[in-house]
Amino acid sequence: MNYGPILFLGIFLTVASSWCGLVLIPHLQFGRQQPVKIEETGELYPQSRPGIAQQGMAVYQANGCIYCHTQQVRAEHFGADIARNWGQRRTVARDYIFDKPVMLGTMRTGPDLTNIGLRQNSVTWHLQHLYTPVITSKGSIMPPFRFLFEQRKIGAKPSPDAVPLPKEYAPEPGYEIIPKAEAKALVQYLLSLKASAPLPETR
Amino acid sequence: MNAASPSILAALSPSDNEELAQRRAVLAEIDASCRGPLLFLFSGSIIWLLVGTVFALLASLKLHNPEYLANYSWLTFGRVRPAHLNAVIYGFASEAAIGVTLWLMCRLCRTPLLFGWIINAAGVFWNLGVTIGVVAILAGDSTGIEWLEIPPYATPILFVSYALIAVWGVITFRFRREKHLYVSQWYLLAALFWFPWIYSAAQILLVLDPVRGTVQAAVNWWFAHNVLGLWFTPIGLASIYYFIPKVLGKPVYNYSLSVLGFWSLALFYNWNGMHHLVGGPMPAWLITVSIVASVMMTIPVITVGINHHLTMWGSFRELKTSPVLRFMVFGGMSYTLTSLHGIALALRSVSEVTHFTHSTIAHSHQGMYAFFTMVMFGAIYYIMPRVLQVDWPSARLIRVHFWAVAIGILLYVFPLIVGGTLEGMAMTNPDVPFVDAVKPSVVSLTLPYLKTRSYSGMLIFLGHLAFAISFGWIVLRWAQAGRLARLKTSLARV
Repeated sequence: MNYGPILFLGIFLTVASSWCGLVLIPHLQFGRQQPVKIEETGELYPQSRPGIAQQGMAVYQANGCIYCHTQQVRAEHFGADIARNWGQRRTVARDYIFDKPVMLGTMRTGPDLTNIGLRQNSVTWHLQHLYTPVITSKGSIMPPFRFLFEQRKIGAKPSPDAVPLPKEYAPEPGYEIIPKAEAKALVQYLLSLKASAPLPETR
Repeated sequence: MNAASPSILAALSPSDNEELAQRRAVLAEIDASCRGPLLFLFSGSIIWLLVGTVFALLASLKLHNPEYLANYSWLTFGRVRPAHLNAVIYGFASEAAIGVTLWLMCRLCRTPLLFGWIINAAGVFWNLGVTIGVVAILAGDSTGIEWLEIPPYATPILFVSYALIAVWGVITFRFRREKHLYVSQWYLLAALFWFPWIYSAAQILLVLDPVRGTVQAAVNWWFAHNVLGLWFTPIGLASIYYFIPKVLGKPVYNYSLSVLGFWSLALFYNWNGMHHLVGGPMPAWLITVSIVASVMMTIPVITVGINHHLTMWGSFRELKTSPVLRFMVFGGMSYTLTSLHGIALALRSVSEVTHFTHSTIAHSHQGMYAFFTMVMFGAIYYIMPRVLQVDWPSARLIRVHFWAVAIGILLYVFPLIVGGTLEGMAMTNPDVPFVDAVKPSVVSLTLPYLKTRSYSGMLIFLGHLAFAISFGWIVLRWAQAGRLARLKTSLARV
């Protein structure tokens, strides 16, 4: 192997092969999927997210939620995803066609969030949980995201936005905790996470 | 040349014959030509190593102590963790890899480092790009794509820098004076070519003009796994192939095994990435192909393992005296272990349990640290005294470095593999709650292992401090020696 060009050709061809096999062919096979009409509801699925949820996705991305939470449900009998009620069905490629970036995740230090919008649909629950996770989930090791909230002096009357908090987590009397725009958007994004529509390929 | 007037070469090293002296002089010239660029790259890489280790410790502590420094958005776990990854992968490991590659290329091509300014410029750009990238991640500007978090306003800087290095590599190879190509050169050339391909393809298809849906995940893991497979692994193996025989003064055990090891790695490693997506939302064939390729990795792994091991055979005594060898052999053995472990993790039945758990993290550190980083430490210990012409000042510091990081990484990897596997077994059992106030849960089960990891991280940090002090000290010694030499010449003139 003292002949440079042959060596170089081999080096080129090997990486070109996997580029074709793992990048190009998948793109041709399922890189141009479109939404489909769901028979039961007559609606197109999936739909792109409303603006505020889209902003919330940027907050999810910026704060690295992906490093502890997945957004993928594995098939029944492969792991306990469905038994743990993380979804009614496995997720498929079509569920993600509007996601940029796709945040499948690789770690479950926390639970899967594919269907968190179905499991927990209360805005207050999410705000409390983001403010200090152990309020709603005892034993949790999720970091608190208090920097997405601000503590304000209560004005003439309490703000309707103020997060109701149990006594041991509440600020000193005369103050209230208000979610910043990022926290509100993040909650809207979490509420938008649901992949339950019965797609033809999941039946 | 007659006997009455001995050549300068003979005067420099009177005990050797002239041919040997001439070869030494060429090596000394090559080493001297590498001095500036290597000093720059290695200093940068060690600074990133310390920065990256601090981020790592923060992230590790936060996992079992979520209230720790919780009120600063810049230091939330989800930002510190990618900051750690990018600081050590692109800052420390890549910069060290580039430095070692340059030196190996020059030595193996028998040519001094030409156009050193290209490398210096590339080094400045590289550090600038990584700095902007890491600060951006901490500020919340991450792309949200694993291994590619650096935002698009910093990546072009990295790319330009990398292009300069690759161009330099081709020039050096073109002007080589040694026609024989040693096995290390195959790996180095391949790595220099592969990395820009995968990096630019991933940038274009994921950041600039993202492909649709989960094709992104395919591209993501094709890239991320290949950063290890086509960039760090070849450079790590090239170093082991060079340094073990060099230190022992004997040839590599078997040439054919080297050829087989190289081509089977080139053929199979780049198809491995989809095993990170087992059970994921994409066609099963795609994942199956990667599992098959992962299993095929037994060929290069075992071939290279045998080749390195049999080169060492009969010389294990040398481990007592040579720190370079100690790091190299630790790295080489870890490569075999981590690769075989990785092959097992790729299987569907194993992945069902271990996927999404800390055992993956343990595995990646076994590869990136116990293998690659240890090899880079060994290489730097060999290269620095030669390019600076000064010895390492303290053997004790080197010993502290070795034992702290060796024990540290073993204490990191093995408990976390066990903990991660137990975590996976609990997670696949729906009767165990995921998290609970009192009952044992998936989360509570991992806590002792996460705490052990923090202790191991402290030990590793101690080792890194010893290394950084050693490095600063040898540079200082060199600077002083230079000043002394200049003083002598100026005195002689008087």
